[in-house]
Amino acid sequence: MIEFRSVRKEYADGTVAVGDLSLVVPERSTTVLLGSSGCGKTTLLRMVNRMVDPTSGTVLVDGRDVKEQDRVRLRRSIGYVLQAGGLMPHRSVLDNVATVPRLEGATRRAAHARAAELLEVVGLDPALGRRYPGQLSGGQQQRVGVARALGADPDVLLMDEPFGAVDPIVRADLQAELRRLQAELGKTVLFVTHDVDEALRLGDEVVVLRSGGVVAQQGTPAELVAAPADDFVADFLGLRSRQRQLSVREQDGRRLVVDADGRPVGVLEGSLEGSLEGSLEGSLEGSLEGSLEGSLEGEVPGA
Amino acid sequence: MKWLSQNYPQVVDLFLTHLALSVPAIVASLLIAVPLGWSAQHGRGLRGPVLVGVGLLYAIPSLPLFIIVPVLIGTPLRSSSTMIVVLTVYGVAVLVRSAADAFASVPAATLDAAAAVGHTRWSSFWRVELPLAGPVLLAGVRVITVSTVSLVSVGAVIGIQSLGTLFTDGFQRGIRFEVLTGIVLIVALAVLLDGLVVLAGRLLMPWTRRSAGIRGSRRRGGPGRRGDSGRVLAEPQLAGAAQPEGASR
Ligand SMILES: Nc1ncnc2c1ncn2[C@@H]1O[C@H](COP(=O)(O)OP(=O)(O)OP(=O)(O)O)[C@@H](O)[C@H]1O
Ligand SMILES: [Mg+2]
Repeated sequence: MIEFRSVRKEYADGTVAVGDLSLVVPERSTTVLLGSSGCGKTTLLRMVNRMVDPTSGTVLVDGRDVKEQDRVRLRRSIGYVLQAGGLMPHRSVLDNVATVPRLEGATRRAAHARAAELLEVVGLDPALGRRYPGQLSGGQQQRVGVARALGADPDVLLMDEPFGAVDPIVRADLQAELRRLQAELGKTVLFVTHDVDEALRLGDEVVVLRSGGVVAQQGTPAELVAAPADDFVADFLGLRSRQRQLSVREQDGRRLVVDADGRPVGVLEGSLEGSLEGSLEGSLEGSLEGSLEGSLEGEVPGA
Repeated sequence: MKWLSQNYPQVVDLFLTHLALSVPAIVASLLIAVPLGWSAQHGRGLRGPVLVGVGLLYAIPSLPLFIIVPVLIGTPLRSSSTMIVVLTVYGVAVLVRSAADAFASVPAATLDAAAAVGHTRWSSFWRVELPLAGPVLLAGVRVITVSTVSLVSVGAVIGIQSLGTLFTDGFQRGIRFEVLTGIVLIVALAVLLDGLVVLAGRLLMPWTRRSAGIRGSRRRGGPGRRGDSGRVLAEPQLAGAAQPEGASR
């Protein structure tokens, strides 16, 4: 569990990156920090592993104040996927993934064997392990970053826009893989993004931040979509955009979900009486899947 | 030729002496310049003073330095230890700047990432910062290797034996072949040591051999560096790097 208690961060130049924020990230769940560029997401994340010290307030990991823990020990116990990848360009992929176990004194052989496993876990061919990061594509590098973060089998995972540098298709792919991984591994994940679809897809809980690191709203994706707290949240989630205003239309005996312009975005399966959750399949715009679930769930109780 | 066949044991001796003066000075320069360069790069406000300081060292003419060094640190005049200290002074004067540039060339984001995943300062220095500074540092070492080998010969003027002795002796006695031998052997020694430095660099920094290389690594080398990137690219390892990306899924 990660807990922020009234944390605030004011940088030396007077920029207030985070203003009095409190937040609990429950164990074995994914919490997404969602906000536009510069709203303090990275700053918040780095408070957890003490890369940033809050100006005031406390951060607790598993009930223990991080201030009282040794920085190096703390950082090795927390998996961190950096925004820009942060791989060591002079070490092979395998060495990169093996970093923390090696620092912790594992033998090279054992650390490499584990690293090769981890490459497979994140869907990379272990043969790539011999390459240098510069010889991988952006998406592959981001997977290596995830594998490295899993290296010491941490309970807590910090992920800072880990899929930022890839095209939408690879991104959807990586998101699906992360969901699979998370189902398997059950880490406590704090995930940062400015991509609404990504937040709705991955978050058990989503925290919408406004500039200056202030929570605009927190809730499950369904709660946010069903009942945005204010105009800021509604606009940020794009709920008023025509692509998010969905209705169902019959076509050739199938129920199509269409947006406000009548453009199809998916097919509705099963009966409306049944649970609608997860019933959208093969949506034309896969990235909308999460939000569709959300909005439809929101409508069901009234139906 | 006749001169060489009569004197080659002495020539070999001088060659080895020359080597024995150059190598310790090069190594000592490196060992001193790295921490100085690092502190010039990292210490607040130290860069200016350190670089100006070593710049002044370089301005001292070499012959007076052969007198000043024994007076300051008590080594015997005309001894090899005096020679090595003088060479080291010049080596440091050049290499500190290279070292400061080398550490400046290490991307701050990479050091930040190293700390974030749990490197201590110590392990970050040895395993991340120094290796990444390596290529620029190596270029500096190549420069001082060559300059040190040639500077050793100056000692012959005040009677410190080296291949330079072949010049002084050859001039005095009017043996042109002896002077020529001196020049050829000094160049040969410089080329040899430079080659060894390059080789050591390849062994210690295998990632610089790969074609894809490293993003953000600088081509900031000194004069000796030119051309080696071309050679590197021609290596057969290239084939391995060009495998199709599709293998990843
Ligand atoms: N070291 C620093 N010194 C001064 N200001 C900083 C520093 N780091 C970040 N800031 C400022 O703090 C604010 C929040 O930065 P932060 O990096 O946390 O944003 P972010 O939400 O992660 O943005 P992005 O989505 O672009 O990564 C920004 O206004 C930024 O300019
Ligand atoms: Mg950020």
